[in-house]
Amino acid sequence: MSTAEIRQKMFGHADKNYLNHSKGFASWALTLDHKRIGIMYLIGVTSALLLAGVFALVLRTHLWVSDSGMLSDAMYNQMFTLHGAIMVFAFIIPSIPAALGNFVLPMMLGAKDVAFPRLNLASFYLWVCGTGFLLVALATSGLDTGWTFYTPYSIRTQTSVVYATFGAFVLGFSSIFTGINFLVTVNTMRHPQMGWFRMPLFLWSLYATAIIQILATPVLGITLLLLIMEKLIGVGIFDPALGGDPVLFQHFFWFYSHPAVYVMILPAMGIISELIAVYSQKKIFGYTFIAFSSVAIALLGFLVWGHHLFTSGQSHVVTLIFSAITFSVAIPSAVKVFNWLATLYKGSILLCTPMCYALSFIFLFGIGGLTGLFLGALSTDIHLHDTYFVVAHFHFVMVGGTLTAMLGGVFHWWPKMFGRMYNDLLGRVGCFLVFSGFNLTFFPQFVMGARGMPRRYASYDPEFVIFHQWSTVGAFVLGAGIVLSVVVLVYAALYGRKVTGNPFSGASLEWQTSSPPSFHNFDHPVVMHDPYDFGDMVYDETLDSWVHREFIEPDRRPEPVPAHH
Amino acid sequence: MMNFVNLLIAQQIPMFPDAEKHPEGAPFWFPPRAAAFAGDVDFLYSAIFWICTVFFIGIVGAMCYLCVKYRRRPGVGPQPSPSHNTVLELAWSILPSILLVWMFWEGARGYYETQQIPDDAEKIVVTASQFSWEFTYPDGDKSTELHLVEGRPVRLVMESRDVLHSMYVAAFRQKKDIVPGRYTDLYFLPTRVGKYRLACAEYCGEGHSRMRTLCQVHPDDQTRKDKTIWIKAKYMPWKNGARTFNMNCAGCHGIKDDTKTGPPLNQKWGEMETLTDGTQVKVDETYVRESLLTPDAKIVANFSNQMLSFKGKLNDQDILELIAFLEYLKSGGDPAAAGEVEGYVDPAAVGSGEATTPVAGAEPAK
Repeated sequence: MSTAEIRQKMFGHADKNYLNHSKGFASWALTLDHKRIGIMYLIGVTSALLLAGVFALVLRTHLWVSDSGMLSDAMYNQMFTLHGAIMVFAFIIPSIPAALGNFVLPMMLGAKDVAFPRLNLASFYLWVCGTGFLLVALATSGLDTGWTFYTPYSIRTQTSVVYATFGAFVLGFSSIFTGINFLVTVNTMRHPQMGWFRMPLFLWSLYATAIIQILATPVLGITLLLLIMEKLIGVGIFDPALGGDPVLFQHFFWFYSHPAVYVMILPAMGIISELIAVYSQKKIFGYTFIAFSSVAIALLGFLVWGHHLFTSGQSHVVTLIFSAITFSVAIPSAVKVFNWLATLYKGSILLCTPMCYALSFIFLFGIGGLTGLFLGALSTDIHLHDTYFVVAHFHFVMVGGTLTAMLGGVFHWWPKMFGRMYNDLLGRVGCFLVFSGFNLTFFPQFVMGARGMPRRYASYDPEFVIFHQWSTVGAFVLGAGIVLSVVVLVYAALYGRKVTGNPFSGASLEWQTSSPPSFHNFDHPVVMHDPYDFGDMVYDETLDSWVHREFIEPDRRPEPVPAHH
Repeated sequence: MMNFVNLLIAQQIPMFPDAEKHPEGAPFWFPPRAAAFAGDVDFLYSAIFWICTVFFIGIVGAMCYLCVKYRRRPGVGPQPSPSHNTVLELAWSILPSILLVWMFWEGARGYYETQQIPDDAEKIVVTASQFSWEFTYPDGDKSTELHLVEGRPVRLVMESRDVLHSMYVAAFRQKKDIVPGRYTDLYFLPTRVGKYRLACAEYCGEGHSRMRTLCQVHPDDQTRKDKTIWIKAKYMPWKNGARTFNMNCAGCHGIKDDTKTGPPLNQKWGEMETLTDGTQVKVDETYVRESLLTPDAKIVANFSNQMLSFKGKLNDQDILELIAFLEYLKSGGDPAAAGEVEGYVDPAAVGSGEATTPVAGAEPAK
């Protein structure tokens, strides 16, 4: 074979790949391939997103007028609870790490798979099982506690709290398994020449996420088990009628659930670091600061849970301390934003679909992060706590941040996953709908909240009608944007134009193989580079792909280094 | 200080006009302002808003400018530029922190001011239950809407009959959760006559959104009295408390500085009590409740642990009335005024009789 043919085999479109390596239901259901598990996760979390998204649209429709009666109060409470519980536990927490992380992480490391492939598959089935329990709760007597399961209401309600909390418990283990797997994989299976500071930043953020998943999730597990014990056999932990303390539950719950917020946003920030660098073709600015800011956010995230209890009557000193630490989280988050902007400077910026999502992220996460300052300051938080201001704030971070970054990441790696290109124009239209619909939905909620509209209200004062109506219109635009994006992606996976190994000129290792990747990820030894050094990328016309210069000029190619195992 | 704040809000932050010119509050962001400290909260909100706006416009402006200026063009690649600059990065990490410290400080200061409850604040007991409010005034009257008097500081002592609730009056910019099994308190100083929304802000079950009522600020006591006699008190709460005390506590606790099995209780309310381990605790609602329900938890120095729990024997209302009695004693009230504290009095006889001595503020039953 000539070198050109070898390159074609290495970086071309692979007709024989992990997708058709073996066939049949069992070849997917029992696969240990991280790529297939990632795809199954992606399908799973997208289904959860669409289901909980439909709940959101029902909620918004109900809120069109101040006392609509479209849903009964009890039904409304069930809708917002299941919207929150499914979105948080079944969608956002596993979304980026388990779906995109699973697909990309081993390839970014130059590895064949994760460290524990069976644990990885077990994690997926725990996700299926946990989500199943949530659906069982939905199908039996529903759930009306809010996703936070606050006691003592959760102990007294007649709805399916036990099924739902058990579901969340199982989903917690799914998350822990993913975390352990990623932690060990990053520690032990990096390419021999890949030091910690030559890892793509997405891996730093996944690593920080894994630390949180492993350290915080067990506390949620314990808390939910205690709640189940209390409900089933009357052990008095949280219910004052049994001698327990309801505020203790809030401390336990948020000790997990606040760090969990960073499980949701850190991987999103990692994706944005990748997208900004690749689509500017610029070395990421301030790599070390971005990497350590991920770790700083993960560690500080453990120390701020008390800001969810500012109005709970906890001691004033504790309240003061939590407020101070909460502000400190703002710094590493701001550092990342400034570094992304500096990366754009003198770049070569391509405004394709993933980059549009990345820029949307900076806009939306900017608002989400800055409005956190209103809630970190004590006197303003007392007014805004448990109002729509908070609802808008965390949706800007969770949806405007995480969902936007996830869509950006999916569009970025889609050609790698399926070897086919989407319609970029329609992708950008979808991004525009998501961005504008999202702002229309949630910006009015800031105003409502500041004016005193409490959250979780099935009926409300007529003065808020106009804001709710804007919000409802926005929600449908947002929904249309997401549906359009899904359609564009699915159509592309089936009928899109075939692409080769590296259509976007990415420099990290997952682009040093064919699209879709072969079953073993890499059929040739990878050449380790700085993941953000785009100066060495050369466009190969015969191949229609970007490759590292070494592959064009074989005499510059270093001696292959044996890969792990 | 407030003048300065108002000046800032009125002059330099035109989007948020000051309260005097706009009695219904700033037109866009805020509900009306009707209590002390509400102006401080609005000021801090506005200040953070403008700081954030400046940063946000800077960030998004820079982003848009860079995306247009350095958009990808055929034949033009990325230009060389530094990939890090430690001084610059440290600067943009540290300089904004100064603003954060200021926000934290202002927020904490504002919060602490609202938590300093003056001793003469009127005490109103709030009982929240799914899905209604009950307010009990010092004279024992009850209502389902909260009625306050302009310019009079008020301390809400709040208890829940069932699950978590949260007292939220947006016009006062104040909120506090109501937790079953303990008391929480909240301080208001209403400054404007009018009707304001009062809402439950912590999800409490099916009718959560129906748990809305009014908070009305009256110009004087008389207009308020007309509204609060929803359930007219037969007795002052302290008198019921005196009766409960007599039946349950008087065997071991004196009220004339006389030490029996337990410490005398006539001068205890609001004071610091020293415990066996040397720590001090304030005799407030929470302490009294704990001492009644779990007496073992805190033992007063120089006394032994003899008391048994009154859990199941005294209900929430009994405890609040006992507290009212302790407050009455501390304020120098004469226990003999109830005519029933000296020695044992047949409860049946007391229960049916009128108060023997009229007390200011107590109106006889109709």
